[in-house]
Amino acid sequence: MNEAENDQEVVRMEAISLAFGKEKVLDGINLSVQRGERLVVMGQSGGGKSTLLRLTMGILVPTSGQALVFGQDVARLKRTALNDLRRRMAMVYQYSALISSLSVHENLALPLEEWTNKSKEEIDGIVQDKLALVRMDHVHTKLPSELSGGMRKRIGLARALVLEPELILFDEPSAGLDPISSTIIDELIVELSERTNTTCVIVTHEMGSAFRIATRMAMLYEGKIIYTGDPETFREAENPVVRQFVEGRTHGPITDHAPA
Amino acid sequence: MFAIVRMGRGALVELGNVLAMLTETIAEAADRIRRGRPAFRWSSFFAQAQRVGFDSIPLVAMVSFFLGLTMALMTGYQLKAFGTDYLVPSLVTISFTRELGPLMTGIVVAARVGASFTAEIGTMTVSEEVEAIESMGLGPLRFLVGPRLAAVITQLPCLSVISVVAALTGCFVICQTYLSITFPYFQELVIQSIYLKDVLVGVVKSLLFGLIIGSVGCYKGLTVRGGAAGVGAATTSSVVTAITVTIACDTLVNIITVVTE
Repeated sequence: MNEAENDQEVVRMEAISLAFGKEKVLDGINLSVQRGERLVVMGQSGGGKSTLLRLTMGILVPTSGQALVFGQDVARLKRTALNDLRRRMAMVYQYSALISSLSVHENLALPLEEWTNKSKEEIDGIVQDKLALVRMDHVHTKLPSELSGGMRKRIGLARALVLEPELILFDEPSAGLDPISSTIIDELIVELSERTNTTCVIVTHEMGSAFRIATRMAMLYEGKIIYTGDPETFREAENPVVRQFVEGRTHGPITDHAPA
Repeated sequence: MFAIVRMGRGALVELGNVLAMLTETIAEAADRIRRGRPAFRWSSFFAQAQRVGFDSIPLVAMVSFFLGLTMALMTGYQLKAFGTDYLVPSLVTISFTRELGPLMTGIVVAARVGASFTAEIGTMTVSEEVEAIESMGLGPLRFLVGPRLAAVITQLPCLSVISVVAALTGCFVICQTYLSITFPYFQELVIQSIYLKDVLVGVVKSLLFGLIIGSVGCYKGLTVRGGAAGVGAATTSSVVTAITVTIACDTLVNIITVVTE
């Protein structure tokens, strides 16, 4: 076990910048996530929040800086080591990203079949448990296309849980859901994280959801983290950008000074 | 002139990308094998093999049957005037074992299967399923490209054999009804015209065409951008590219075999 893991630091971003061609998406991000924490990263749509998660997963490589996950620089890892690292984390996608040709049961069984030597009975048991956890244990044989958006999101969450990851990344977990489904997902995230001490990084722009989930919040604006703090200080922050975002005002620094 | 240079450069870049995809697929498969696991799911391979192979039999057989029939009719019509119509079965046999069998199969499979590979993987790319497979550490290339490529490479030689048999059946219909060649004589002429070298060239071509169709189909799917319209455009491009490259590859193999003969 290396130093970073002893320190309980799960993710550490050091001066991360990322540009797609001439378009700079992230500009010197410094961020640290501790074990068991639920960090909510907020920011405008298209502001680079999801990009931050993809950098953490090693799907994108930063233009400069480094993203350390469990103390390892994801961009420098060889394939085998990177896949071993990904085994310890999971991502819940905005549109679920369930494999459309597989049934709900097969979708959940897939990571277990590919990563473990568990018997079919054990796998079926785990799949059943995780589906029950998200209250979806009646849809085993259905295809993702036969489910509603909210149901798919819950299945996506269940799939992320089957390998019992130490870190889960959520991309807009409650976007586009009705208030009840949204609250169910939020409560599931909190319950799960508290019960298993799982670290969660959630990107969202839904304020209600953010305050329900977060133990700490960060504001991403113009490619930089401009503010971090616990939900209470965040709510009362004096920073004009944070204020405008929290209050959802149409006038303020974000709209008056649109990013180039 | 500049347009040709630009097109050539574009083609080289794409070729490089396809080779990179194949290398990555092998590397991902090797990673799985090192972990003591199969390179890809056998169930997935068999499902694809059925789609590529078994399900293509009617179309390949029908196209080849009619082509064999037409070829026998056209050549028989010409050769009959010189009293050399007994050459027709040999002509069809040789043409199909080394040339038309693999080529027709390649074209049919490129249109039928290459397009479906692109549409399927393209839709998965657009809906982030490919990325999800990657984020689970499962290796999307060996998981998606591996079984499809293996299926198309192994099934194309088998389909080529079916194509040859169907073409000879078509040829026999003409021999029997129009040229008065009886079955035993037809059989003798066909067997005399099957050369090991022709069969080997045909098999090598089939394997190469399989590699081309599978690679192009999967690559076009993985590189889809822009939602449903992107998937549509990529599918069209996949079929056009696969057929063009297959015919180009066929010509190249023909030149090499003729020069080395």
